[in-house]
Amino acid sequence: MDWLHIWMPIANVPIAWPGLVILGLGVGMISGFFGMGGGWMMTPGLNILGFPMAFAVGTGVTQMAGSSLVSARRHAHFGNVDYKLGMIMILGAICGFEPGAQIVMWLERQGKVDRYVQDGYVVLLSLIAWLVFTDLSRKKSKEREALTSGRAAASVSGGIEWHKTLHKIKVPPMIEFHKAGVRCSLWLPVAVSFLTGLMAGILGIGGGVICMPALIYLIGCPTHVAVGTDLFQVTVSVLYGAASYSYKGRTELLAAIIMLTGAAIGGQIGAIATKYVRGYGIRVFFGVAVVGCAVSIVLKLIPVGNPAFRAFLDDTAAILILGLVGALALYIFLQFLRGVRQERAARAAVAAV
Amino acid sequence: MIRDIGWRIAVSITVRLTRARIALLALLFTASAAAKEADRVVLVADSRRFTGWEAWWANLYDDSRFYFALLTILIIPGLGLLLAKLTDLLLARLGINLRSRVVSER
Repeated sequence: MDWLHIWMPIANVPIAWPGLVILGLGVGMISGFFGMGGGWMMTPGLNILGFPMAFAVGTGVTQMAGSSLVSARRHAHFGNVDYKLGMIMILGAICGFEPGAQIVMWLERQGKVDRYVQDGYVVLLSLIAWLVFTDLSRKKSKEREALTSGRAAASVSGGIEWHKTLHKIKVPPMIEFHKAGVRCSLWLPVAVSFLTGLMAGILGIGGGVICMPALIYLIGCPTHVAVGTDLFQVTVSVLYGAASYSYKGRTELLAAIIMLTGAAIGGQIGAIATKYVRGYGIRVFFGVAVVGCAVSIVLKLIPVGNPAFRAFLDDTAAILILGLVGALALYIFLQFLRGVRQERAARAAVAAV
Repeated sequence: MIRDIGWRIAVSITVRLTRARIALLALLFTASAAAKEADRVVLVADSRRFTGWEAWWANLYDDSRFYFALLTILIIPGLGLLLAKLTDLLLARLGINLRSRVVSER
């Protein structure tokens, strides 16, 4: 079965290329659907396929620079990208990223960086998951109240609406984001992007997993626009990451290209699937993905003295992440198929009339 | 009295800002030292194993990380766009609207 393996010229390891294509396809779908780079799925996946950890991170980030561009382009065609908001988010995130990285350096000198960063990751992901599911539960209860009082459930605006409170801050200059349908003080997206950049700098991630819920709950973007705008921002930030890791020599371009062939298709499928899923549907499955990510990190954090048990927990975390990637990719693909079938049937019906 | 308090506050702020600047400079110095430390780990690609473009790529990795990084960040988005265009051709055959969506938030 030698033909299934390619020797990687930089990392100097043999890698099964079908595994790379499948990983690219699956993560591409999830990235296009949820609007995040997907580094937390890509890195363990590449590590399992045989890459040393530093190469897994660098190669994953490099591949994301291509795949998020593919998905962002498709979302732009659907009108899901608010460029003005995206540019502000990019600038704020860049300004926030460096202080975040400096905090990591400070923690490193204190000898606490691993524990604090991992704990921070778990707290942040738990908060995001809580936010998503509380939002959903509040929206459901509001809909029930609306129905009992004789109003239509569709008249209920949403569950958690922190952005409405934040929009009351009228510090000039005021700015209007047409695609997002938001008018607020310029300082709101600047502050939010700075904070998401700061968190991304501390946690060492692209920031999509933080930025997407921040755009929804703090800025007030509709989910589809949040996904598209977030992908636009991720495309720029991972390009910087790709340059940085390549300069440090931790990028395997051949593997990134092979994955990109799968991700180009997966990213488009994920982006098109958002056409057929309502905003709250996307939010719920985003919450599921975040919970899976948090559980896998908790498994890695459990203090264990026995090395065999440690290895078992690490394997369980990796299997959990890959299982989650598989399940979410399957769900997105089924939504895509269902939507395509319905749209074609509707078009055929219109043509028949 | 008020002038005196104002003066004290101004001095206090200046002292704090100076301390913050020194701390920031120290942080930057430590960061640069850490980066130099990381640079001492030398990775080399073994180009003897390869021929053609793979050997050239491995040699480029060994010769210049700058050009290696520059080419990487040019190739990946370029290839991404090319593959996206090719995928568009395939998706166009599905017979769906690839330019707009109607589904809303709820």
